Amino acid sequence: MKLNVNGKEYEAAAPDDMPLLWVLRDILGLTGTKFGCGMAQCGACTVHVDGQAVRSCVTPAASVQGHAVKTIEGLSAPGLSAIQRAWIEEDVVQCGYCQPGQIMAAAALLAARPHPSDADIDNAMSANLCRCGTYLRIRAAVRRAAELAGRTA
Amino acid sequence: MSTPSGLSRRRFLKTSGALVVGFYVAPRSGLAAMQAPAAPPLPDPNAFLRIGEDESVTVILAHSEMGQGVWTALPMLVAEELGCDWAKVRAEEAPAAPVYAHPAFGMQMTGGSSSTYSELDRYRYAGAVAREMLIQAAAEQWKVDPSACRAEAGFVVSGDKRLSFGKLAAAAQKRTPPATVKLKDPKDWKIAGRPTKRLDSPEKVTGQAQFGMDVRLPGMLTALVARAPIFGGTVKGFRAEKAKAVPGVKAVVQVPSGVAVVGEHFWAAKLGRDALEIDWDPGPGADLDTQRLREEFRAAAGTPGTKAAAAGDVDAALKSAAKTVEAEYEVPYLAHAPMEPLNCTVRIGADGAEVWTGTQFQTMDQTVTAKIAGLKPEQVKIHTMFLGGGFGRRATPTSDFVSEAVQVAKAAGGAAPIKVVWTREDDIHGGYYRPMYVHRLRVGLGADGKPVAWRQTIVGQSILEGTPFAPMMIKNGIDDTSVEGVADSPYVKGTASHLVDLHSPKKTIPVLWLRSVGHSHTAFVMETFVDDLARAAGQEPLEYRRRLLSEHPRHLGVLNLAAEKAGWGRPLSGGRARGLAVHESFGSWMAQVAEVSVVSGRVRVHRVVCAVDCGICVNPAGVRAQVEGAVAFGLSAALHGELTFKDGRVQQSNFHDYPLLRLNEMPEVEVHIVPSSEKAGGIGEPGVPPVAPAVANAIFAATGQRLRRLPFRLA
Repeated sequence: MKLNVNGKEYEAAAPDDMPLLWVLRDILGLTGTKFGCGMAQCGACTVHVDGQAVRSCVTPAASVQGHAVKTIEGLSAPGLSAIQRAWIEEDVVQCGYCQPGQIMAAAALLAARPHPSDADIDNAMSANLCRCGTYLRIRAAVRRAAELAGRTA
Repeated sequence: MSTPSGLSRRRFLKTSGALVVGFYVAPRSGLAAMQAPAAPPLPDPNAFLRIGEDESVTVILAHSEMGQGVWTALPMLVAEELGCDWAKVRAEEAPAAPVYAHPAFGMQMTGGSSSTYSELDRYRYAGAVAREMLIQAAAEQWKVDPSACRAEAGFVVSGDKRLSFGKLAAAAQKRTPPATVKLKDPKDWKIAGRPTKRLDSPEKVTGQAQFGMDVRLPGMLTALVARAPIFGGTVKGFRAEKAKAVPGVKAVVQVPSGVAVVGEHFWAAKLGRDALEIDWDPGPGADLDTQRLREEFRAAAGTPGTKAAAAGDVDAALKSAAKTVEAEYEVPYLAHAPMEPLNCTVRIGADGAEVWTGTQFQTMDQTVTAKIAGLKPEQVKIHTMFLGGGFGRRATPTSDFVSEAVQVAKAAGGAAPIKVVWTREDDIHGGYYRPMYVHRLRVGLGADGKPVAWRQTIVGQSILEGTPFAPMMIKNGIDDTSVEGVADSPYVKGTASHLVDLHSPKKTIPVLWLRSVGHSHTAFVMETFVDDLARAAGQEPLEYRRRLLSEHPRHLGVLNLAAEKAGWGRPLSGGRARGLAVHESFGSWMAQVAEVSVVSGRVRVHRVVCAVDCGICVNPAGVRAQVEGAVAFGLSAALHGELTFKDGRVQQSNFHDYPLLRLNEMPEVEVHIVPSSEKAGGIGEPGVPPVAPAVANAIFAATGQRLRRLPFRLA
């Protein structure tokens, strides 16, 4: 199948029903997108398809052919995005495993709502689990990212 | 501040263009300390820091980074003494080697909230010795006395002369290490003791951080293992034809824990495993049932167990008490559910093996791998990857997920490395749970409302029985992890007549320590029960605790600080009520005040004010983060966490039926740190125990409902 990931065209030899998550990780070698539950419960596998946050663990890879897929690896090139800078400034991460998914969810939120309310943040970010419990800092970092993006815009 | 009397032998290793400092810290007490200092065993080649020609300072970590922040805290200790530029500091995980054994526990491991406090001396000495050698190298070059030189911000300086550490490293490594070095007094710290941002953020926010799950090696295959659906079950027979017919499946092999399907990638292995046909012998656990366990544990709680703490004549004291209060408590089995499911990659070669995994127990893993692969431990290389959460699950005395991966690689044969991946369902079904416990209490109060008799029976599986830790940590039949927080409680010890006893029923369910271990249930029991005692005594809960803890200044310190910051006693609006709890664990003291409302039977936790006394504090930013995270971890258990058994099987399987706290449920958290120059304590775990009782006490204040079971279910 042909996939467009982070602006690059890939030819991936994978069965059609293989979830996008495993094509990204095991075939294309893009391991920034994480496996957490396999059933769209935790958000660790969040990527963007045409700018929308989707759970790559339940998205058949074949279904995103002809669409633009963006992963955490594509968010930071070149340089760090405002969201990633905010994440560092707020010292969000602990184990860090869920954070690519958190950041991709936050990026989709901020693209849709550049100035999200607290309720917007809670709504958009509550589908992503963090076992270390970094939620307060995720909230703070999303607010800060909105500020940073506003400043550079 | 102190002289390194224990610093009896050092080895300096040369690597190209870098200074490497390693040393051996001898035991400070006992026979070894009394003998001549000549003969500590020579450690394996080792290193705690490396200075590169590019001025980088790489600190080598004897502990695993699992979110708790050792990647930052241990480098802070080195940097403080070394006098380097913090911006040049990096970290990397140590290989598995005896020199990296935990200073207190004697094996390479991460746990017990001990990584920072146990390394307070060793990592500072590493920095101090390196600093002295750099100074000597500069002094020789300049023909000045070393005492005329000092190290600052990555340079050795003397008058107007300066040389960078990177330029001095090669000459410094030839110097004789100093016989003694003096450590700074923590009050003079410039780097340690100050809130410092994490060093691992950049790679973790870009997806570049390498977790065990992310290991990719040439020719690597992925395996999933079908394990017995009932603990203690075994494979009677299996048919692999359909599994082998799945495209990408390379092999199906039997291993001691079940049947492994090896595929080109996860998806092939998963579809292959789905297609396996296995006949299981269910074994002795086929009738395991939570309701029956509950009945059995409750019955046991009414019979005398093995004594864990005793004083006076508790029966007589109960009879003569002015008032008695009784209660029974229950907490369920819990899974750790780290976000990164377990995984382990193994390559077995002719003359050695390599293991890539996120582990808390390198020495165990190395030993177990060597045994299975028929190698010597030193032929096994352990690559410690970032841990996508540990919480104790990656510290199994059996090395379960590592040994299984080695068995798979061995059974599959061939030179290809194999990564065994657990699905979330495998994780939730996989055992090694926090055990279920029942507590029964009967406490007599005197006329002044203070306890005069304390009778408490605890029932729950032993975590340590049958493990290599048993000889050290099970004493007189008491697994300390079952009774910690009760047998040593100031409430119990302060009651003239007390008896704490324990039943440790044997079950097929594998159990393990989960963040805060025994304190995860004992603090809940003690701190909610003390609220009941206060009520029975007709006293206000904070005042009552102050009276019972009057001789425990560190308990009082955090209790008073949390109460003050939370505005204890001041009116609240919006149907909110407060509850408090105080508990010591892992050498630190923690008090929390929770603000809670209950609307339509639903508990909402709005705010948790925490006061912590962890002694000397290396990274206050890390302390805050750990306490915030601990509140979330404690709330997951208090509001949601429960595993149940029916017909031998675990009934939950993934996050839809084993829910964790989500962002919209996260309260505001304030963390207040008591300034202290006392001995450093732990911080990864002590924030967990007070959460459930503080919330339970607030629920009682809001509704009058006393909840004595976790997770909370309101009537």
